[in-house]
Amino acid sequence: MDNKERILAIVRKVSKNNTLPDPEESLFDSGFLDSFALPDLVSDLEREFGIKIPDSDLNPRKFESIARIQSYIESRM
Amino acid sequence: MAAIRGLGAYLPSRVVSNAELAAHLNCEAGWILDVSGIEERRYAAPEETVASMGVAAAQQSLENAGVSAGDLGMILVSSGSSERRFPGPASAIAHALGLDHVPAIDLPIASAGSLFGMAVAASLCGIHGNILVVASEKMSAIVSRQPLERGVAPLFGDGAGACLIGPDDGPVKIVDSVLHTDGAFAEDLRLEFDAPLEMNGRSVILQASRKIPAAIGELLGRKGKSASSVQVFLMHQANQNLMDRVARALEVDAARFYSNIRRYGNTSSASMLIAAAEWWRDPGPKEGDLICFAAFGAGFHWGALLAEAAS
Repeated sequence: MDNKERILAIVRKVSKNNTLPDPEESLFDSGFLDSFALPDLVSDLEREFGIKIPDSDLNPRKFESIARIQSYIESRM
Repeated sequence: MAAIRGLGAYLPSRVVSNAELAAHLNCEAGWILDVSGIEERRYAAPEETVASMGVAAAQQSLENAGVSAGDLGMILVSSGSSERRFPGPASAIAHALGLDHVPAIDLPIASAGSLFGMAVAASLCGIHGNILVVASEKMSAIVSRQPLERGVAPLFGDGAGACLIGPDDGPVKIVDSVLHTDGAFAEDLRLEFDAPLEMNGRSVILQASRKIPAAIGELLGRKGKSASSVQVFLMHQANQNLMDRVARALEVDAARFYSNIRRYGNTSSASMLIAAAEWWRDPGPKEGDLICFAAFGAGFHWGALLAEAAS
């Protein structure tokens, strides 16, 4: 799986939604993520990609869409 | 060594149900319960103030401790909802208790102010003697500001809590505490003068979900203790989902987190002491119990405090 597919799999898992969000679509506005799914998303991303996301980077906007998540994760790898 | 000598709480008599609020907020009562775990909250009467509620809680804590106001060496009062810029409620509470020379200090720290007050009192009581920590909030006056926000207004309630901390070797000693502040996210939870409460709920939950377990872990690790050895967690009552999440992160049963949020909502800095006062009354500390306080709030300020009942 490439990075985007790995991220999509995590989003589907934490959102309990099996549909595919558009890469640029807001995961919050589209209902894929709520305030309490977001911490799960961050934890799963850390585990999946073997990275530690510092608290200073925990800005919800960084995790707004699949494209933003991918851009952020790849900047940390 | 500092010790917790007595706790007290005051809740206004008016009960405000989700159904009553839902009618004003154009939402379903069940939705409020689902997103927050809150079923009802208390609203103060118009004549009740942050100071008057604080006095009621303070008097109860002094009674429970068997200490008179004249034996106080300092008062610390936490509130993020005081009615005016200055003076804050600390001087009014001291005056109402009949004190005219004891230093009374305001801590305008929403949500985490009572935890910060307890930790500071534990540090200073060796110098000043008995220190009364009061936390009082009239959040109804804040959340009723227009425009009403359905994601914010149902969450909050009014009330006050108090805790007397003394330098003596009492039955429940304060073992240690950790306090932290990070102003990078100050804009995400703020109250400007005469404006509605502004809250970026996603940011608050995301940060709190990480920082509260981390602070508790830091504190317990420093003392060589595990979360499973803690009898009760007395946490700021912000949101039931958040408390459950913190319990999961620490791998302890959520039942160890005392909760009254269903009945009172989020009473900001008062909530932790209201919860503590209720738990102290029933079931209360038993020999050898470890008791962990924790809070997170605007600033962001957060931390944890560990107490231990004597064996």
